[in-house]
Amino acid sequence: MENLVQLAMQNVNFAAIMPSLVLCCFGMAILLINVFMPRGKTTSASLISIIALLVTAVVSLQGWNNPQFGFAGHVALDNFATFFNMTFLLAAGLTILMSDDYLRREGYPIGEYYPLILFSTAGAMWMASGTDLMTIFLGLEVLSISLYILAGMFRHQLQSNEAGLKYFLLGAFSTGFLLYGIALLYGVAGTTNVADIGLYLSAHPAMIGNPMTVAGMLLMSIGFLFKIAAAPFHMWTPDVYQGAPTPVTAFMSAGPKAAAFAALMRIFILGLAGLQSEWTSLLWGLAILTMIIGNVTAIYQTNLKRMLAYSSIAHAGYALVGLVAANAVGVSGILFYMLAYTFMNLGAFAVLVLAGKKGEENLTLEGFSGFGFKRPFLGVAMTIFLLSLMGIPPTAGFAGKFYIFAGAIKSGYIWLAIIGVLNSAVSLYYYLRVIVYMYFKDPQEDYSWVSMHTGAVVSIVIAIVGVLYLGIIPGKIMEMAKLAIF
Amino acid sequence: MQVLFFYLVALVTVISGVIVVAAKSPVNSALALVNTFFCLAVFYVMLSAPFMAAIQIMVYAGAIMVLILFVIMLLNMGVEPFKKFTHVTWGVVAGSLVLMLTLFFISRGQPTKVVGAITRDVILKEGHTELIGKSLFVNFLLPFEITSILLLVAIIGAVILAKKEV
Repeated sequence: MENLVQLAMQNVNFAAIMPSLVLCCFGMAILLINVFMPRGKTTSASLISIIALLVTAVVSLQGWNNPQFGFAGHVALDNFATFFNMTFLLAAGLTILMSDDYLRREGYPIGEYYPLILFSTAGAMWMASGTDLMTIFLGLEVLSISLYILAGMFRHQLQSNEAGLKYFLLGAFSTGFLLYGIALLYGVAGTTNVADIGLYLSAHPAMIGNPMTVAGMLLMSIGFLFKIAAAPFHMWTPDVYQGAPTPVTAFMSAGPKAAAFAALMRIFILGLAGLQSEWTSLLWGLAILTMIIGNVTAIYQTNLKRMLAYSSIAHAGYALVGLVAANAVGVSGILFYMLAYTFMNLGAFAVLVLAGKKGEENLTLEGFSGFGFKRPFLGVAMTIFLLSLMGIPPTAGFAGKFYIFAGAIKSGYIWLAIIGVLNSAVSLYYYLRVIVYMYFKDPQEDYSWVSMHTGAVVSIVIAIVGVLYLGIIPGKIMEMAKLAIF
Repeated sequence: MQVLFFYLVALVTVISGVIVVAAKSPVNSALALVNTFFCLAVFYVMLSAPFMAAIQIMVYAGAIMVLILFVIMLLNMGVEPFKKFTHVTWGVVAGSLVLMLTLFFISRGQPTKVVGAITRDVILKEGHTELIGKSLFVNFLLPFEITSILLLVAIIGAVILAKKEV
């Protein structure tokens, strides 16, 4: 017995899981505090969550250039994980800032909202820092289950119910594929450790072409591509994004996408490097399909949340290009792109949060007629975010796309880069249309219901600063992203 | 003898699996599912994994089945599911595709080869249950702990989504 405890403790390295540990402790503490709070008072919970995220950010940064490993090869807090952790924390922070007033306006001041965001952030961290398929899988589950709950949280709204149920059923289905893939890879290599799978495959090259290995890789990709919302696994995205509470949609579009990319990159580049030609050709096709489906379908959308959902599919396609390139520029480009996307997309959603009426109304294009002149600050902010989503310099979106397409060209995927740029050109249409409605249409309403709540305004300001900083001086962050890859 | 026994159990598994899908009444489906779970437990025994067999019966045939039956009782489902189920053809197509793929992978891959640290000799030497316990609390300590957070999240979700008035 004593022996077993010693055996168990020798693997424990709390430094390697400190960020997620801090988040979970704060999450549980907020759960307890909620019990003693009067019903509907959630401001303190949101403030404590912000503090939790700040503390976690400080703790997280200890891992930069100071890699920590532990738990028998289950977790590695290296530069890669730290970079992604900061992205997740940023997404969670902006989400929480824009949530408090929104939840009260919609009549659902639920204190458990904040712990769920914290837990899902911790899940994302386990996905980014996990070096074992089991850890990555459980991180994915923590992340997803929190999001199923958050998506369906508005219990008396049919759309929210639909979003929660749809996300849950399809998510559970895709998890099945992921597990099946993990089981096959375990059958091939006899281990679930990503690095050990890589070692086994390089020691046994005969197993690389084996149908079991290829099938395991394919099934596992389905699980992650579903979370990324890559075509043809994107069907859930518009309905879920539209039905879920707007701040939750904002988080959903940035957090899980970045986390799934992190896991996919670690598994493909470290574990399945031997199958690179297989997964490159798979992702090559899917990247093109995803970009085209996302951009073309977005043109037909009149609801802004739905439009941003399709745009998020398209952006997943751009980021996949970086993984196809699989060189230093492309892969670090993904890290940069995920950070840039977090800033611009959460900023855009924060504007939607403020511009919406109770009951998620006024999110149509017509509803934004003349919005830019009546509400100058929000109009300018939205314009900046949309320009960034288009990829117009000097914004973060341009720098991100530049690095990713440069990576593709460097690896010889010139056509892929050309298709990507053409798709960006298509996307101009539906992003610019919003700006046209905001500035060149006569206002039909006076937008008197729009009140500038502190939290959401702070998150918009942070997002603007981030978008412009990453767009004008991308070099420093890009250097860090280059240090962060394997 | 062992091979004969395997095919016997496999036959029962497949038949009860078909009944799960084809039975008209949900309760019959559920009971056939219990049967499937028991047969899977027998497979575990044949693979010299007695602990897994016991867990299979306790967790799946016991706890999860009770939950499924509870849900059926609470929803008060009648005998009518087949009328609305119009995707039989697609189901058959998808099912046979999966079957073909599985057969392909089994025949072309080498599923009989033993890889990894856990071999038959190790299991016999250390003991099956001991081995599971050890890997759960030593090698897989972190996933084991993450599971507790996962369950906590699920409980919160059940309370938020299902409680009468929040």
